[in-house]
Amino acid sequence: MDALYLQLLTGSLIGLGAGYVGSFMVLRRMSLVGDALSHVALPGIAIALLFSINPFFGAFAALFLAIVLIWFLEKRTELPSETLVGIMFTLSLALGLLLTPEPELLEALFGDITKIFATDLAITAGAVVILLVVMHRISGKLMLGIISKELAQAMKIPIHKLNFIFLFLVAVIVALGLKVVGTLLMGSLVIIPAAAAKNTSTNLTQYTKLSMIFGVLSTILGLFASRYFGISPGPTIVISAGAIFVATLFLKRK
Amino acid sequence: MTQGENILTVKNLEARFDGEEILKNLSFSVNKGDVLAIVGPNGAGKSVLFRALLGLIPYSGKIEWAKGLRVGYVPQKIAIDRELPLSTEEFLKFKEKDEARIISVLKSVGIGSEHKNNPEHHVRHLKQHVLSQRLGWLSGGQMQRVLIAWALLDNPDVLLFDEPTAGIDVSGEETIYNLLKKLHGGRNMTMLLISHDLNIVYKYANNVLCLNKEMICYGTPSTALDTESLTKLYGGEAGIYKHEH
Repeated sequence: MDALYLQLLTGSLIGLGAGYVGSFMVLRRMSLVGDALSHVALPGIAIALLFSINPFFGAFAALFLAIVLIWFLEKRTELPSETLVGIMFTLSLALGLLLTPEPELLEALFGDITKIFATDLAITAGAVVILLVVMHRISGKLMLGIISKELAQAMKIPIHKLNFIFLFLVAVIVALGLKVVGTLLMGSLVIIPAAAAKNTSTNLTQYTKLSMIFGVLSTILGLFASRYFGISPGPTIVISAGAIFVATLFLKRK
Repeated sequence: MTQGENILTVKNLEARFDGEEILKNLSFSVNKGDVLAIVGPNGAGKSVLFRALLGLIPYSGKIEWAKGLRVGYVPQKIAIDRELPLSTEEFLKFKEKDEARIISVLKSVGIGSEHKNNPEHHVRHLKQHVLSQRLGWLSGGQMQRVLIAWALLDNPDVLLFDEPTAGIDVSGEETIYNLLKKLHGGRNMTMLLISHDLNIVYKYANNVLCLNKEMICYGTPSTALDTESLTKLYGGEAGIYKHEH
């Protein structure tokens, strides 16, 4: 397959998944957590590189530990403890910066889409399909838990379990997106399309769909821009998402 | 189930919340068709009692509902962000897929009742101005009615109401209680309602349970709410609320 198609397809799938989980990150007021969370991947990548393991697994393992921490904090305090999360996650970024071997550092921070191969596309496609199906099944219940924990509990909805599944999916999509946009910016690809969609939606169906569309659109625009200007795609993808966000501000429904 | 049949028995109920004892030694019973008001100061454990009755928190003692009873729950006013992208229709569809039924329940709780003389217009009004709107855009009174509708979609035999009028202005408050009265009269629904307003208790309840972690009084409002228990409940000044019938 042509490299461009491969990149576009993989990127679009990541934008799609990021848009869906992102829509609930924003609703749960976890935007900053999402951003900080993506930094945690760096020490995971570094350790994987030190032991010559596939960096995806290192990143995923680190992210998994982080979401378990967030899950416990949420369970104990109801609210994500933003300060603690912010401190721990930026500390792990600092640690990652020290541990990651110099040649791989830029790639880990900003992604390197030229290193995407057919196997990456296959893994991404499989994971994103599962993510979409699971999100579709739990989204109504997650929403109910966001509106009122009591109403959800009265309907016997296992909120904590669903929260864990949700955070797990966040870890999956962030880990998958690292190759495309890198640790520094993956959080933004999760949050910005959803924030843009929130500006223009009156209902949940519209909101999640728009968030996914904006996620895909940001990735495609960003990839073309990165090719055109010959720069790294992470920043161009996030800037495209930012441009969409600004555009939606003008369409905001009062 | 016939009128007056016992549907709920609570014996020696104790519940803890965050390690603190909130309810102790609570016993009462509710019969079919009763309206039981639960009164008490802030932090008296009223909402905790509801949570225990709904089985949402651990407790010791006995809570025994009649078999096959459907219990509906209307929580205290829930704060919804105006920007939350969720329509009223989507919210109600979490519980009931049938739109016709949703509309009929919304009508029964009096939403858009100013259009009730023109049924076609009424339905259109409900669809355009209530169902397709963001949930967070509803007024306090509308929101409360939507929450009641939410509970009614389950066809409950008993409704648990946590401060039905919190955050609603006085005129809205009056009509919410009229609605409760209608539900009680028309559907013969049993109700447990938490209220801070003793006037409401005198007007609508046939039994009252005064709670301040433990049970202070229990019985019909005119006998149970004597000066002694009111003083125990609220301190000195509340005595002036006592109605002499």
